[in-house]
Amino acid sequence: MDFSASLTAETLTVTRGGVPILQNVSFTLSPGQVLILRGPNGSGKTTLLRTLAGLQPPLAGRVVSDPETVTYGAHADGLKATLSVEENLQFWASVHGQTDITPAVEGFNLTGLVHRPSANLSAGQKRRLGLARLLVTGRPIWLLDEPTVSLDVPSVALFADAVRAHVAKGGSALIATHIDLGLEADSFDIGPYKADPANAADSNDGFDTDGVEGAYL
Amino acid sequence: MIALLIRDMRLAMRAGGGFGLGLAFFLIVVTLVPFGVGPDAEILARIAPGILWVGALLACLLSLDRIFQLDFEDGSLDLLATSPIPLEGIVAIKALAHWLVTGLPLTLAAPFFGALMHLEGSGFSWMFVTLLLGTPALSMIGAFGAALTVGLKRGGLLMSLLVLPLYIPSLIFGAEAATRGMAGFNANAPLLMMAGITAGSIALLPFAAASALRVNLR
Repeated sequence: MDFSASLTAETLTVTRGGVPILQNVSFTLSPGQVLILRGPNGSGKTTLLRTLAGLQPPLAGRVVSDPETVTYGAHADGLKATLSVEENLQFWASVHGQTDITPAVEGFNLTGLVHRPSANLSAGQKRRLGLARLLVTGRPIWLLDEPTVSLDVPSVALFADAVRAHVAKGGSALIATHIDLGLEADSFDIGPYKADPANAADSNDGFDTDGVEGAYL
Repeated sequence: MIALLIRDMRLAMRAGGGFGLGLAFFLIVVTLVPFGVGPDAEILARIAPGILWVGALLACLLSLDRIFQLDFEDGSLDLLATSPIPLEGIVAIKALAHWLVTGLPLTLAAPFFGALMHLEGSGFSWMFVTLLLGTPALSMIGAFGAALTVGLKRGGLLMSLLVLPLYIPSLIFGAEAATRGMAGFNANAPLLMMAGITAGSIALLPFAAASALRVNLR
């Protein structure tokens, strides 16, 4: 797998339920870069990530990337309750043509849990398993939607380590999160790109990054 | 793709996976009909192909909404859609997995359940052949219906209404082929029609279902 893939959004307009919620979004995610996606709840982070992952088409603009280089980590972990930790990971590994799940198991401290059905995992353990899936995809660009939900502090550190190792290999990550991961990362605030069909001229003027505009939905 | 097939089979076999549900339903239908119709062997033998076919069709319908709904709910479908497997391939594999855990067991069991319906002589082999050729279409058409309604709350009812009319040609030709075959007539025409429906479904519907999934994942 070529680990030097980049992802570019060009004047992207994304919609949720047919209504534009972000417009003229442009940025580039370069190899080795971590970009933190900031924005209040309901501002369109998930929609943007799903569009970038190719799960929904943009209304305007385009996403320049090879779909084979991108993997998406959603709120839902995509785990099967009746399969064991090992079986879940092994499945995603085989789907992506990988064989070795050991680094993923060790990287997220799942070694003692490999034979446990994922139905019997705690919320945090499930989340760790969901994140371990990212490693077995072998893909360079991670699009993550609030990856640290239900993780405790040591697990967040494990996740940050995994991202650091991934970036050191030339991978990149776009992470929507509200907490400080302690990563060396650039921040990308989607606030200024909020689509406002009624008053489109005013929607692109502000670049305030504190996210307290009253105009948010 | 093999990994996906193995996973779906494994999920079906595990607790709560739905394997055996169709078979049990089929057995119930076939057991109840003689009580309702009466023990007249001649009547039972005459209606046997139709009852077995209707039973198989309903048993198949019972498990259709599992094909995509569970994967949709736990997020696996999003992840599969971004995986290297094309969505058309995912649909085809999931329909195949559905057939292997419902259609194939029904086909294998039909001759035995046929005994409850006073099926005789060549009837057993005719039921086996027609179901073997016809049930793949039921799974494939069902996967299409499931793809159309995935993500809808209580989508099962809508899916049944969408899918049942599409099942009717397979049912007519399948039951007709079995009836004619048992009576000693030439059954080539309905048999070929049914095989044609199956082949057409397998060739075309993965593409239609994949398009439906793309729309529903938005």
